[in-house]
Amino acid sequence: MTSIFDANGTSIPCTVIEALPNVVTQIKTQDGSDGYDAVQLAAFDKKPKRTSRALQGHFERAGTTPKRVVKEFRGFALDVSLGDEVRVEDLFQEGEVVDVVGVSKGKGHQGVVKRHGFGGVGMRTHGQHNRQRAPGSIGQSSDPSRVFKGTRMAGRKGNDRVKVKNLRVVRILPDHNLILIRGAVPGAKNGIVEIYKKK
Amino acid sequence: MSDQLMNLVEATQYRDDIPSFDPGDTVSVHLRVIEGNKERIQQFKGTVISIRGGGNNRTFTVRKVSNGVGVERILPFNSPKIAKVEVLRKGRVRRAKLYYLRNLRGKAARIKEKMVDTTS
Repeated sequence: MTSIFDANGTSIPCTVIEALPNVVTQIKTQDGSDGYDAVQLAAFDKKPKRTSRALQGHFERAGTTPKRVVKEFRGFALDVSLGDEVRVEDLFQEGEVVDVVGVSKGKGHQGVVKRHGFGGVGMRTHGQHNRQRAPGSIGQSSDPSRVFKGTRMAGRKGNDRVKVKNLRVVRILPDHNLILIRGAVPGAKNGIVEIYKKK
Repeated sequence: MSDQLMNLVEATQYRDDIPSFDPGDTVSVHLRVIEGNKERIQQFKGTVISIRGGGNNRTFTVRKVSNGVGVERILPFNSPKIAKVEVLRKGRVRRAKLYYLRNLRGKAARIKEKMVDTTS
């Protein structure tokens, strides 16, 4: 993340996202064999040697080289045909509100305070010994005499698909294929994100 | 890779019209103040007590004593709100952060002037 100044001199925190031109590799239609409308986009070249024959044929049909990332988008905003390049300036405008989806950073095994936002005990005295960050009770006694499914406990945190809604597009730099989005987006540096137009 | 792109974005923000100064220097910062729909210039004159951060996040802190009350402003180097910075006096100090000045007042809070060699 970095920050830029707007016309009033206010510093805006923003994330720089490189949005290379995406290639349309498949178009699914309601009337066709797929039964729903969607556009499949692909980005980031990979070696043909490392691509299966089936996928090689798939990319060849779109008239492009094999790509590493393939994502499908339903309700696509632009009217595109197979093999088209979708550029960031065609799809988004400055000031527009978007949703950003990414895979959050993995945090490993974490306790309930960090993972689920439990309050913890909040004091060290009054008989706490070493229980300041413990979850407390996880259920009742003889009835139901079991722990309900989905009870929030310690475990793996992060590495989830996360959508952050209502972020504003601050600036678009078409020459460098960059889009600047206000605030933070999920995931690590150099991670892959999907940007959705607000419906 | 990602750093390159960040630098690219930050480079569009950099200003090259701000003179170089150091902690201990006395500066006059001309700030653009917007009142209603009018814009005017307000001067803030004081001692630079800290320079921190890097890239587009670089800021400096100016301290002055106004009516017996210490006032500090933290300003980004690249802020468009700064119209001009004048360096009035170079100061001779031995540290990078002059936070000790907050505990001093009057004569004790003075800073010796730095003698700059102009012959070479």
